[in-house]
Amino acid sequence: MNHVVVEKLKTRFADAAFEFSEFRAELTVVVPKEIITEVCQYLKEAPELTYDSLSDLCGIDMNTPAKRFGVIYNLYSLATKHRIRLKTFCEEEDPTVPTVTGVWGTANWHEREAYDMFGMDFQGHPDLRRMYMPEEFEHFPLRKDFPLMGIPGSLPLPKK
Amino acid sequence: MEQHVEEVTRKTKILQALEDQNTSVSFDDPLENQMVLNMGPQHPATHGVLRVLLRLDGETVVASIPELGYLHRGYEKLAENCTYHEFIPHTDRLDYLSPMNNNVAYVLAVEKLLGIEAPPRAQYVRVMVKELARISSHLMFLGSLAMDVGALTVWMWAFREREKQYDLFERIAGARFTTSYTRIGGVAQDVTPETLELVKKFVYDLPGHIKECEKLLNKNRIFVDRTDGIGVITKEQAIDLCYTGPGLRACGVGHDLRRANPYLVYKDLDFDIPVYEGGDALARYYVRMDEIKESVKILKQVLAKMPQGDVHAFKPKKVLPRKERVYTKMEELIHDFMLVNFGVEPPVGEVYQAVEAPKGELGFYIHSHGEGYPWRLKIRSPSFVNLQTLPVMLQGCMISDVVAIIGSLDPVMGEADK
Repeated sequence: MNHVVVEKLKTRFADAAFEFSEFRAELTVVVPKEIITEVCQYLKEAPELTYDSLSDLCGIDMNTPAKRFGVIYNLYSLATKHRIRLKTFCEEEDPTVPTVTGVWGTANWHEREAYDMFGMDFQGHPDLRRMYMPEEFEHFPLRKDFPLMGIPGSLPLPKK
Repeated sequence: MEQHVEEVTRKTKILQALEDQNTSVSFDDPLENQMVLNMGPQHPATHGVLRVLLRLDGETVVASIPELGYLHRGYEKLAENCTYHEFIPHTDRLDYLSPMNNNVAYVLAVEKLLGIEAPPRAQYVRVMVKELARISSHLMFLGSLAMDVGALTVWMWAFREREKQYDLFERIAGARFTTSYTRIGGVAQDVTPETLELVKKFVYDLPGHIKECEKLLNKNRIFVDRTDGIGVITKEQAIDLCYTGPGLRACGVGHDLRRANPYLVYKDLDFDIPVYEGGDALARYYVRMDEIKESVKILKQVLAKMPQGDVHAFKPKKVLPRKERVYTKMEELIHDFMLVNFGVEPPVGEVYQAVEAPKGELGFYIHSHGEGYPWRLKIRSPSFVNLQTLPVMLQGCMISDVVAIIGSLDPVMGEADK
């Protein structure tokens, strides 16, 4: 099944710079962020592929200046029962990624969580608020430069 | 003063999100006034610390927004600072109604990353504890849903059975609630034949007790009226929102990871996947009750087929050695020292392993840089994703049904908030 996806993506997006890799029989495709929405839409709608559910979406901090933040999409097809993983990266100075809420409704909360934890701006997201942390919190806790013990005073105690 | 302004902006942001929702529902209500009601986080019917903001038109819910994060403990950050073994106890605290399930799901992900497999007996023991945990979680659902709509007796009966299960878990793992039973490459200790006898007795007694509860509920006018046609979600909406678990099967989608992508020894076991069409709270109740019976069926087969043998894989560089050997053998002492201090070092790579937890798809995504600590560990918790369907289910329902719908959704905030 993995090679079918690779072939289809190569034919459909002939001039896109994909990177394919396989580990433990799981296919990972690194997609340039400009076309991520388009690729997701294609994978969802193409017959034979039909990745109709987005199992999981999460952010990652690679801690390198060029590809600082990444977004990982774990797709699943209810018809073929197959999983693939998409990845896209953005730079430290410009942490923006296009949203995929238009493709799968479930991406809404996942993207909010990724924004909350890493500070990535999902462009076009309908309701980009923090998911877990309070609205007035200024830091992004899952970034590698955020200390494990937290930052003293960053979470104010409730007023009496 | 400044703080006051901040407070106001914070409030408005949430309220703004509530008002922005597309609300085409209109009702001829004599009161004709809309109000915002704050439910939770400290509310007995929200099953923990779930907060829901409801916009009401009379008694009808026009729009709703769930707010999460009141139990956020940052387990994903903690995981990046723990060795793979050290994280096992933290998985107990995710879905604390079925900790065994989380233990198994996590070690399966780590084992996939390491490329090892537990021996057959360990796999059967894992299936056994997993199905016991499923029964335990569904019994909790049964009790709390019945209590939410006013039937307190069922709650007592369900808890009587869960109490027996906790005794079994104590015998199996040494702890009733926070079990931490699995290890990378096996389980903490073997199950004794006496314990297996007790499990067998429990499994053969359970269907009778479930029948008693069903007698109280299935034809109970109040229970059926409170759940039938309440909190409806369609198949398309459920797939779009990636609703998984019993809730998805109540919408007519027969998807179960135990069958779709078999792990452990599920492909050797014979069981059915209950599917109902209604998509409402009653259908979700029926699915879960049938799943208890299927779990009993699986447990009977597991008990009959349980092979003899070791419960630890023999991989000295990856699996913790037995304590008695650590004390007497040099090699094992060295391996124990290395594994405890530096952690098991998997190859560079990334895996996603999902299992069918009682609430839906529980997945662990692990990104390894080849060190003893995961570079990134993401918990794909079913309750978090399933809660996203709440606004869809709540729209247009009466305020008294909110409690029944949350009960039928069966969220656990420990895992939704991570």
